[in-house]
Amino acid sequence: MNAPLSLDAGPPHAATVVARIQESPTIFTLQLRLDDAAAQAAYRFAPGQFNMLYLVGVGEVAISIMSDPEDRNGVGHTIRAVGRVTQGLAALQPGDRVGLRGPFGRGWPLQEMGGRDVVLVLGGLGCAPVVSVIHYILRRRERFGRLVIIQGVKHAEDLIWREQYDRWSKLPDTQVLVAADQGAALWPWHVGRVTALFDLASFNPERAAAMMCGPEGMMRVAAEQLLARGLPESSLYLSMERNMQCAVGRCGHCQLGGSFVCRDGPVFSWGQVKALLAHRGY
Amino acid sequence: MFSQPDRAGFMPFAQLPSLVSRLSALGYRCLGPTRENGAIVMRELESPADLPRGLQAEQAPGHYRLTSDPHNRYFAWSNGPQAIKPLSFAPQESLWRVERDEAGSLRFAAVLPAADKQAIIGVRACDLAALALQDAHFLRAGRRDPHYARRREQLFLVAVQCAEPASTCFCASTGDGPTPTAGYDLALAELADGFVAVAGSDKGDAVLKTLSLAPATSRQIEAARQQGAAAAAAQTRRLPGRNLRDALMSRLEHPRWDEVAARCLACGNCTAVCPTCFCHAEIDEPALNGQASRHERIWDSCFGESHGHLHGFNVRPDIRSRYRQWLTHKLATWHDQFGRSGCVGCGRCIAWCPVGIDLTEETAALIEGGQP
Repeated sequence: MNAPLSLDAGPPHAATVVARIQESPTIFTLQLRLDDAAAQAAYRFAPGQFNMLYLVGVGEVAISIMSDPEDRNGVGHTIRAVGRVTQGLAALQPGDRVGLRGPFGRGWPLQEMGGRDVVLVLGGLGCAPVVSVIHYILRRRERFGRLVIIQGVKHAEDLIWREQYDRWSKLPDTQVLVAADQGAALWPWHVGRVTALFDLASFNPERAAAMMCGPEGMMRVAAEQLLARGLPESSLYLSMERNMQCAVGRCGHCQLGGSFVCRDGPVFSWGQVKALLAHRGY
Repeated sequence: MFSQPDRAGFMPFAQLPSLVSRLSALGYRCLGPTRENGAIVMRELESPADLPRGLQAEQAPGHYRLTSDPHNRYFAWSNGPQAIKPLSFAPQESLWRVERDEAGSLRFAAVLPAADKQAIIGVRACDLAALALQDAHFLRAGRRDPHYARRREQLFLVAVQCAEPASTCFCASTGDGPTPTAGYDLALAELADGFVAVAGSDKGDAVLKTLSLAPATSRQIEAARQQGAAAAAAQTRRLPGRNLRDALMSRLEHPRWDEVAARCLACGNCTAVCPTCFCHAEIDEPALNGQASRHERIWDSCFGESHGHLHGFNVRPDIRSRYRQWLTHKLATWHDQFGRSGCVGCGRCIAWCPVGIDLTEETAALIEGGQP
């Protein structure tokens, strides 16, 4: 990864919304471009990192970066409108301005995954940190082995980017396994728990790496399933979510044991966090 | 403070005002212990002779009362509710501001504090240890916090040895007191007729030289040393070890967490008085016209409901998990972050807890009660 642009702890940089896409009733994507052309040209990030987006007079929110790291035209953020800041961001239209600082944290160790089978486990809505990895791998398909995408959602209608899943499932050496706790008409995938899908996943555990994001309970179960199939613990990574306010390991909210998730994560190896994930409320 | 006894001076009580005058003449705003609302607080001294004498701080779980010192000493009070934390890590301050111009463009600008030179008289050894931990957090290499750094650089610290620890004090067990050992510009040990005074920095040394003190006699130095040893021996509270990391992290489901949660009000007093707690929230203060805003940081507490708030759920939804977060951060995971415990034994969290929860008692119950 290139050295990040130094627009992190200080004031945000002004950025303009260049595109807005409604992905589902509550999920939208903002494509942002830094107003300072030199800053935009110099901006670099790794998949799995996040930015702090700022809405004037309301506040900041940590949002995972969705776009491709080689796309120099802007930076994509897929956001669910659930809180004060994200509901405000949802109202933005192309041409509107926000503040942006970042990128922050550690991304996925994609360099280590070259040539290996990659298992991606996604839970819940959106799961931007892993969806960005899917795009990243598909654009560099020859660098990786088999690609297995395992996605669980509560309701069938929670699955956004449904056409993408259809398209991905038709690609060679790519397996798409989706489960919804509650199905719907014309739902082509499994109805039931996502854990039932792991038996269907086809990958070589000795040369595979896995990346997960989603609810912690789901990731714990997924980790058990993958480890039981022979995936080494050191090949299992996950993206953690915590309250982030400063994004530079200072404000204290995102602490997970001795780690500051904003700085030491959000991507961790399973071994780094497994002990604490076993404790509710930690 | 007694490592170089030949460099120690003796400052008779009558000369204390000249130290304050000297610091004022050097441009320092001089802060010292002041009696306010029944407690010792650090306030600007109106005159060099303003330091109160004859006050003691009687402390116990959930209890703090100023009483009179039969020996009429200057520094017989052990500590007040605040250490010097507010002077380097401000309780609330602006980080940056933003304005929207008529074309809709945003202009962001950093806001840095106008930091005065401040001299603080009466800093305790526990407070110095806490300041070193705050430095480690806010002045981390490669990630210096400019707001903290600016205030911190302007401080001149006059430490005093503790001769009268409160019942809540346990700095001897954490290794942080009662005699200051590092981190001060000047350090004083109060005897019956004056102070043994030593410098701990070049700027402290420069000030000390202008006072033209007589050298401290070996008897005076020995008296001060013994006074420190007696103050350590008089402490009744202790932690069951300096590194409790593994012991506590292996007891995250101990029933004591439920027991303490039933008493804890989650008021956050302990975090407000703790000299090492660094959590802060970031908030916006928008202008009424909606075209500008200031982005501020404000002290926060892991006992508050918003601390672990995440869209849709709370990471720490109950008092049990919040108390556990506080105690295990302070005494366990602090070791991972800073190479030592985050507790300096000042006992403030015990005295200022409205229900008298005692960190040393809780820790002992968790650890010495054996593993469930």
